[in-house]
Amino acid sequence: MAAPIAPRVAVCPTSIVPLPEQNIAATKPSLKADSVLLSLPTIHCAGCISTVERGLAAIPGVRAARVNLSLKRVSVDAKPSITAAQLVETLAALGYEAHELDPSLLSTAKDDLIGRNLLMRLAVAAFAMMNVLLLSIAVWAGADGVTRDFMHWISALIALPAIAFSAQPFFRNGWQALRKRHLNMDVPISLALILAAGMSLFETMNSGENAYFDAALSLTFFLLAGRYLDHRTRASARSAAQELAALEVPRALLQTSDGEKNVPIQELRIGDTIIIKPGARIPVDAEIITGETEIDRAFLTGESLPVYAGPTTSLHAGEINLTGPITLRVTAIARHSTLQKITDLVALAETSRDKYTSLADRAAAIYAPGVHLLALAAFIGWFTLSGDLRLSLNIAIAVLIITCPCALGLAVPAVNTAASGRLFRKGVLLKSGTALERLAEIDTVVFDKTGTLTLGIPTLIAPQNYPPDALKIAAALAKGSAHPLAQSILRAAKSADIEPSVELIDLKETPGFGVEATLDGTHVRLGRAAWVGANEAETTASFLKIGDQPAVKFTFIDELRPGVADLIKSLKALGIEVHMLTGDSPRAAADVAARLGITNIAASQTPQNKADLLRALGEAGKKVLMLGDGLNDTGALASAHVSIAPACAIDAARVASDIVILKQDFGAVSDCLKTARSSRARIKENFAMAAAYNAVAVPIALLGFATPLIAALAMSASSITVTINAWRVR
Amino acid sequence: MEVLVFLIPASIFLGLLGLAGFFWMLRNKQFDDPDGDAHRILSSDYDDKPKE
Repeated sequence: MAAPIAPRVAVCPTSIVPLPEQNIAATKPSLKADSVLLSLPTIHCAGCISTVERGLAAIPGVRAARVNLSLKRVSVDAKPSITAAQLVETLAALGYEAHELDPSLLSTAKDDLIGRNLLMRLAVAAFAMMNVLLLSIAVWAGADGVTRDFMHWISALIALPAIAFSAQPFFRNGWQALRKRHLNMDVPISLALILAAGMSLFETMNSGENAYFDAALSLTFFLLAGRYLDHRTRASARSAAQELAALEVPRALLQTSDGEKNVPIQELRIGDTIIIKPGARIPVDAEIITGETEIDRAFLTGESLPVYAGPTTSLHAGEINLTGPITLRVTAIARHSTLQKITDLVALAETSRDKYTSLADRAAAIYAPGVHLLALAAFIGWFTLSGDLRLSLNIAIAVLIITCPCALGLAVPAVNTAASGRLFRKGVLLKSGTALERLAEIDTVVFDKTGTLTLGIPTLIAPQNYPPDALKIAAALAKGSAHPLAQSILRAAKSADIEPSVELIDLKETPGFGVEATLDGTHVRLGRAAWVGANEAETTASFLKIGDQPAVKFTFIDELRPGVADLIKSLKALGIEVHMLTGDSPRAAADVAARLGITNIAASQTPQNKADLLRALGEAGKKVLMLGDGLNDTGALASAHVSIAPACAIDAARVASDIVILKQDFGAVSDCLKTARSSRARIKENFAMAAAYNAVAVPIALLGFATPLIAALAMSASSITVTINAWRVR
Repeated sequence: MEVLVFLIPASIFLGLLGLAGFFWMLRNKQFDDPDGDAHRILSSDYDDKPKE
């Protein structure tokens, strides 16, 4: 067991003596290696920043801590002996919720680099555009002769290098598309830029009247602005989603010959022995060696109640160990675990969804060939009529510049930026760039039950109806168990201000059955009906037996998630079909459905069934929104037209869905729907506006009346109106 | 009009100065945490240099 540890000394700092001080200084350049990233979802002000930074810096061994408020993160540069768990504990004591992030999953560094690169090109384009426009004003004002040529030459001197540098992203994308033999928006853009620059240079050399350097630069600037907005929206959505995915840092307690060790799950091998404490998630598929417990399978199967597990029971990754500590033998490495297999299935389903073409792409598909044909027609028309090559070429290029999709390039990113910003403030994360567009199209909604429509937490019905003594004893017993029903009794007692202060002796839990103890010489038990000697109940219940007295029955209900009742009402008002799909029993399903007024129910569904049903709905021409949280929903989530998961959902479900709702309240779903429809309307308006500008400008260009001034006016005016219109997203 | 010979280079030079300033800020990661920077002026900790 000890053998594989030796070569990993560098990655496993806890197993070796802390490095001497000078060694740390020597490794300073690679500080990243031992810095810890923590997510701090609750920080929001200047006070938070200094509390967190000061609190962390006070820990001996922490060299520096720096909060990034925009990303709600802190990066801590600490000695290798400091573990993330220690830091999280310190932050919890300060009142901040913190989660360790897995830096290997975060690609923010790369996103930052691309973003910075775009910003740099944008700055160069802005600088060049402003200077050239300044010089152009002189030309527009009527400068001619040598002065005009002088201005044109200086413009060329600024514009040509600036375009060569700033427009590279368009040239690259356009060239890639051409090589694959199709057209995208970047092809007409690149062509217009190159032709405009080339023609203007030619005109300048020949003391021509019109040079379009300013138009070429403003085109570059506005389009880059659109590109940058687009990149920022995507990057922030991606980093938020990755942050969630990284929240549960996959580590496991490995039993080795020299004690227990905390290792990342990627390092687990088949046959390793791992220890799972109560309340922890099973990291990989494994088999129990010793210990008895109860397992929460809600995420895997949708069952709302835990099941018993003992030696030789096989457990799947993602299940939660509830009541007792267990020792497991690993039966599959992380990459081959159930969880990963389901994630792979999801990836398969997602590739089919990637074929969705966004409004922008559809517009580009019509627009790009149209622009080229129009310019070509202008050239041929003028050449046959006038026979003047230079004039015809000038007019064709003017058409190309004026029709260039400047406003189109901004139409979609501007709206998406506004919409995702709005939704982010309401606790909604958009993970996919086309999520809102797809959401705007839906006509059917499918809900999962456990964990989605309901909170998946049993709640004691009417705690005030139980004798306070019974509740007190039950709560005292419940303290000895992590079973959800016991926890629920404890919560009910706490909210009814009952202190579970009775003296219990010999408190003992029998996993799968209940808790027992001795109270003043009387035997007390809390647990299953058969175990305490009561009659089996129809509903979810737990029984308390005090000595020989008749058992007290505690009944529970799975409480509805706040906001779902209103959500379903508003969905029905919009004429959207509502379905419920669950792996739970038909009785439990019918109960929840009746409370919410849902009539289309499918109960006892396997994960495969769920995915198939969603596919069938899709094939019937329905645009389905799926809401689910469990591992058993992931296939369905990926097969739906668009999908939403709550933040408490399992990783795989959040990965498979397009939108994640951070708040417990599902009222945000109707906000999403409203924003989606509103942003689709804005995008269409923007397209219409861009088209209207073209309808006016194109005839002018075709007739040969276009001047650089008209081109500059049309371009700026349409870009600005489109951006302003985007702010109207609600 | 001869004055343009000085004015235009002067204006371009000033523009370039601004551009260089922007590049410098970008490279020094001044745009990495706009929210945090906006709030930090309210705190009484001096953090004008990285803590060692």
